[in-house]
Amino acid sequence: MEDMSGFPQEITGKDKPMVSFRKVRKAYGSLLVLDDLDLDVSAGEMVSIIGPSGSGKTTVLRMLMTLEEINGGAIYVDGKPLTHMIQGDKLVPASEKHLRNRRSDIGMCFQHFNLFPHMTAIQNCMEGPVQVLGLSKEEARDRGEELLELVGMADKRDQHPSRLSGGQQQRVAIARALAMRPKVMLFDEVTSALDPEVIGEVTNVIRKLVAEHNLTMLMVTHQMGFARDISDRVCFFYDGKIEEQGPPVELFGNPQRERTQQFLSAVKEAV
Amino acid sequence: MLSWLFEDEWFPKFDWRWDYAWEILPRLLEATLNTLIAAAGGYAIALVLGLVFALAQRSQNKILTFVVREFVEFVRSTPLLLQIFFLFYVGPQFGITLSPWATGMIAIGLHYSCYLSEVYRGGLDSVPKGQWEAATALNMTTAQTYRRLIIPQAIPPAIPGMGNYLVGIFKDTPMLSVIGVAELIHTANAIGSETWRYLEAYTMVGLIFLALSLPAAALIRAFEGLVRRKLGM
Ligand SMILES: Nc1ncnc2c1ncn2[C@@H]1O[C@H](COP(=O)(O)OP(=O)(O)O)[C@@H](O)[C@H]1O
Ligand SMILES: [Mg+2]
Repeated sequence: MEDMSGFPQEITGKDKPMVSFRKVRKAYGSLLVLDDLDLDVSAGEMVSIIGPSGSGKTTVLRMLMTLEEINGGAIYVDGKPLTHMIQGDKLVPASEKHLRNRRSDIGMCFQHFNLFPHMTAIQNCMEGPVQVLGLSKEEARDRGEELLELVGMADKRDQHPSRLSGGQQQRVAIARALAMRPKVMLFDEVTSALDPEVIGEVTNVIRKLVAEHNLTMLMVTHQMGFARDISDRVCFFYDGKIEEQGPPVELFGNPQRERTQQFLSAVKEAV
Repeated sequence: MLSWLFEDEWFPKFDWRWDYAWEILPRLLEATLNTLIAAAGGYAIALVLGLVFALAQRSQNKILTFVVREFVEFVRSTPLLLQIFFLFYVGPQFGITLSPWATGMIAIGLHYSCYLSEVYRGGLDSVPKGQWEAATALNMTTAQTYRRLIIPQAIPPAIPGMGNYLVGIFKDTPMLSVIGVAELIHTANAIGSETWRYLEAYTMVGLIFLALSLPAAALIRAFEGLVRRKLGM
């Protein structure tokens, strides 16, 4: 088993990060996807992740959502280990029970929405609160209606996903994730599967979240303009590493690394 | 030259007697009810047990998966008739003494559950992986995910297969006649041996099977459509 002696059992302090990746390694078979990733995200911070396809952006989010196991290092959420638990005085790989306890801090929206097709919009939003958080149906419905209102989908509350456009489905998916009251929200290319004319309705919802809510957010995106507008920080991933990161004005306005410059000019040409 | 073939004693006249047919109809209708009860009982067992087998074959427990898979394979590779005989005549040696009715329904239920488990497996596999990931993101347990999300979505694509096996069970109920369940064939045999007239009874049994099987396909399709609409899919 991996020697975890160099890793703290808890991160403390007033400025402790909400999310902390420490020397995280991820491989699929012999393919090393992420190598010694270090990334801290402060509470309330909005971090965008950009980079070429295959550079490991989705994998970062999936590990944090515990959809993928990590092969080395550790991830902390709100100061406490997520991928590990304390046994005796050692960090050992997390059990399913530990994951269930810790993952409630995190919510995620997917590129293809993944709404439950046999449930209406409001039922999608009530499912987690009722089944997992133990809310009564009435409480969950109130909460769901409030959130559908927030994402501008209140009038479609009784529609099934098959009756909704992609942009509408994604907004319901955001409401569904928020209904669990996560501290950290993850967005994985939530506009990539959408028709251009409806992208704005989803980005506007995310803008609103950034402006009005104190959520910590990690967003993988190909929309450079959007990332520039709303991020506190942008991370450029290349080949499983953070090649460069910084405030959007600096990273987009004055990129230091050659690969960043190449990538940004390639994206600009594509637009 | 072949006229001897057509002599009366070799080739009796086709003589259908309406009054006799009318007379035996009530007994055949009662047997039809028995047939339907046996089929429904067997099917109910098969529906539940089939789902249990399908879920067991998807479990993380390697031993459970292996045992269930081999059992399903074994049942599917041996005749239903043998399983009926085995349960009925060998069961008592293991202290399991059941009525013909119970034996019949259990045998049919067990046999068809192994076929239905494959139908369910196809339906369960057809649910996209993204549904599991969304469930994890909501922190749902595996049991909650199956119960609330995966099984409801697996049912509509499984309905045609489930319907076909319902018809299959219905047409296999005559096998229960061998252990004395008074279903259609058993009753037709009894009528025949009492009066030495078989034509009416067997013909009517055939027509009853036909009348009940024919609309099944259309009903199953309508039911699938209904379920899909109900689930908004
Ligand atoms: N389940 C998987 N099995 C094998 N390889 C995978 C799997 N998921 C992702 N990969 C590989 O990992 C690398 C990073 O993938 P990903 O994180 O999806 O990249 P990005 O989101 O930046 O496009 C890619 O080379 C991809 O092919
Ligand atoms: Mg990706």
